Amino acid sequence: MSSRDTILATIRRSLDATPGDRTRAATVASRLADAPSGIIPARGQLPDDKRIKLFAKMLEDVSATVERLSDVNDLPGRLAEFLKGHNLPPQIVRGEDEMLSTLPWKNAKTLEVKVGRADGTEMVGLSRAFGGVAETGTLMLASGPANPTSVNFLPEVHVVAIRAEDIAGDYESVFARLRETYGTGNMPRTFNLITGASRSADIEQTLLLGAHGPRRLHVMIVG
Amino acid sequence: MEITSPSFKDNARQAMADADLQRALGNVEKGFIEKRAKVVAKLPEFEDLRDSARDIKNHTLAHLDLYLEHYEKKVTEAGGKVHWAADAEEARKAILDICKSVGAKRVTKGKSMISEEIALNAAMEASGMEVVETDLGEYIIQLRGEHPSHIIAPAVHVNKDQVEADFRRVHSQLPPERNLDAPESLLAEARGILREKFLSADVGITGANFLIAETGTSIIVTNEGNGDLTQILPRIHIVIASLEKIVPTLEDVSQILRVLARSATGQEFSVYTTLSTGPKRAEDPDGPEEYHVVLLDNGRSSMIGTEFQDMLRCIRCGACMNHCPVYHAVGGHAYGWVYPGPMGSVLTPSLIGVEKGGQLPNASTFCGRCESVCPMRIPLPKMMRHWREREFERHLSPSAVRWGLGAWAYAAKRPKFYQLVTRIGALALNLASRNKGALRWWPLAGGWTKYRDLPAPQGKTFQQMWADKQKGARS
Repeated sequence: MSSRDTILATIRRSLDATPGDRTRAATVASRLADAPSGIIPARGQLPDDKRIKLFAKMLEDVSATVERLSDVNDLPGRLAEFLKGHNLPPQIVRGEDEMLSTLPWKNAKTLEVKVGRADGTEMVGLSRAFGGVAETGTLMLASGPANPTSVNFLPEVHVVAIRAEDIAGDYESVFARLRETYGTGNMPRTFNLITGASRSADIEQTLLLGAHGPRRLHVMIVG
Repeated sequence: MEITSPSFKDNARQAMADADLQRALGNVEKGFIEKRAKVVAKLPEFEDLRDSARDIKNHTLAHLDLYLEHYEKKVTEAGGKVHWAADAEEARKAILDICKSVGAKRVTKGKSMISEEIALNAAMEASGMEVVETDLGEYIIQLRGEHPSHIIAPAVHVNKDQVEADFRRVHSQLPPERNLDAPESLLAEARGILREKFLSADVGITGANFLIAETGTSIIVTNEGNGDLTQILPRIHIVIASLEKIVPTLEDVSQILRVLARSATGQEFSVYTTLSTGPKRAEDPDGPEEYHVVLLDNGRSSMIGTEFQDMLRCIRCGACMNHCPVYHAVGGHAYGWVYPGPMGSVLTPSLIGVEKGGQLPNASTFCGRCESVCPMRIPLPKMMRHWREREFERHLSPSAVRWGLGAWAYAAKRPKFYQLVTRIGALALNLASRNKGALRWWPLAGGWTKYRDLPAPQGKTFQQMWADKQKGARS
């Protein structure tokens, strides 16, 4: 008997369950198909404008910086200003994301844009979030050529662009959209929920930013 | 690792006399309790979410076999592989075989208590591999040759000056005159050293906070981002997880995530919650080429259906130990194995046997704080009592304890005799204290009176006083 079979047999014996019990199988199948939501905190259930404000406030509470752009085409220029304002070199790495690729990058002449994965030499990474959650100021990013996961973690500074309409009140709403995009039961290789910049409190419970991932998180809300 | 749980009392005595440790332990009480209370107060639905989280795990455990089968199917569909391990030996072998298949030399690791449970690092080093812990706390204790003393703050027993001394000793390639006074400079130094390791590792091993049956996903929750660099840079990602980590759906894990960070570190949400499913896709520019999950049982399947089943709801947040007066006094190492504090006192006897772990459920004042903060509503004190009963039944308790309990049981079953004995006792104590209410010494009570006075009753027993009161009320 393989370990797999032994373990499953022990569990069934402990549960007093018979293999092939149709009632139990039906219970599990319906739970997986229905995916009931449980309790959704009222905190994030707000009209559009207030929800976006809460999202920004929750991010600022975890030491992220946030700016809002009414026109997506302003992004390259504003990004160049942000880098200059923080004494960062005018170089970024980003993926092939559709929204990011169609921006007027020529408006920010000094900005050097590398497209692809990060390799640890870049100071600044730019990603576009799949969604955001106002409840805790959480960004959700899906891996792929559009937004490689290495861009989220290797650079010193992570800038994330997100469309205002992609900011939901709760995690469940973004997960529902994820199912629509990738198909029920399927996921991108990596789905990152990011709430603030990297930190550690492992030395005497003193909170320090920039443990292994980015030291700074900057969020640009578009629209 | 060597199990020292049977000598808990000696371990505790040493811990109480360790000035460095006592200084470090002050941070536990100071740091965690207030942060949790503040963040919980901000979420009115918190108590309801605890109920919801408990119910999800109860449902999952009742259908564990079926959810595990579905989970395996989804992992396989996504291109990953599940390795079932009945015990620690099988889990180590599965991991070593994967590492050897690619001739791995350097392996980076995210934080994993399961890896401690199966003593993975020693096995990998014995096979000639370099193993690098990448969580800052884990890295510090790896340099010190120690084991975690807390499940989420592994180096909570270490002070800053000790970290500095360890860094100077091990990072001898760096200039000795460098300034490491500030904690920031220690962090920056570790970041620099570990970045090299991340980029050159052949295999990355992480634990899992959750496994999702619906999608075949594993989840890690961290603040540093070390777990992410561990799993996206090397060619192979191995997840080591115990089988009770499974939950049905993304919605279910969202419920439990809402109580996890708040209970653990007092954060609204941890910085990085990462969902990983299979290896990188054909078009992906980064991510691992192979994805393996080693699914460990190690005695858990036999806990189902027993009075210890509720322990399998545990999500390893550490709230129970953060609020435990015994943990505050002795720290985590005194518990003598992998899991300290109240959750360790229940889990350790289940996993290594009551013969070795039986001391731990006795190290409790039954104050109930652990249960009152447990996000999964695990009745920890009740389960410690179950272990005490088993220990007694199996004649493992010391003879003085057995004799004392026997004598008390004899009296408790005979109310008249009980009242007589307590009356004589109360009177004798009062006389001996000359009606002052406290004694400096009493025969056989030296263990108590060595440190403090023994309170003496003022002449009457509670039952006598109660009877008088009832009489007074009637007249």
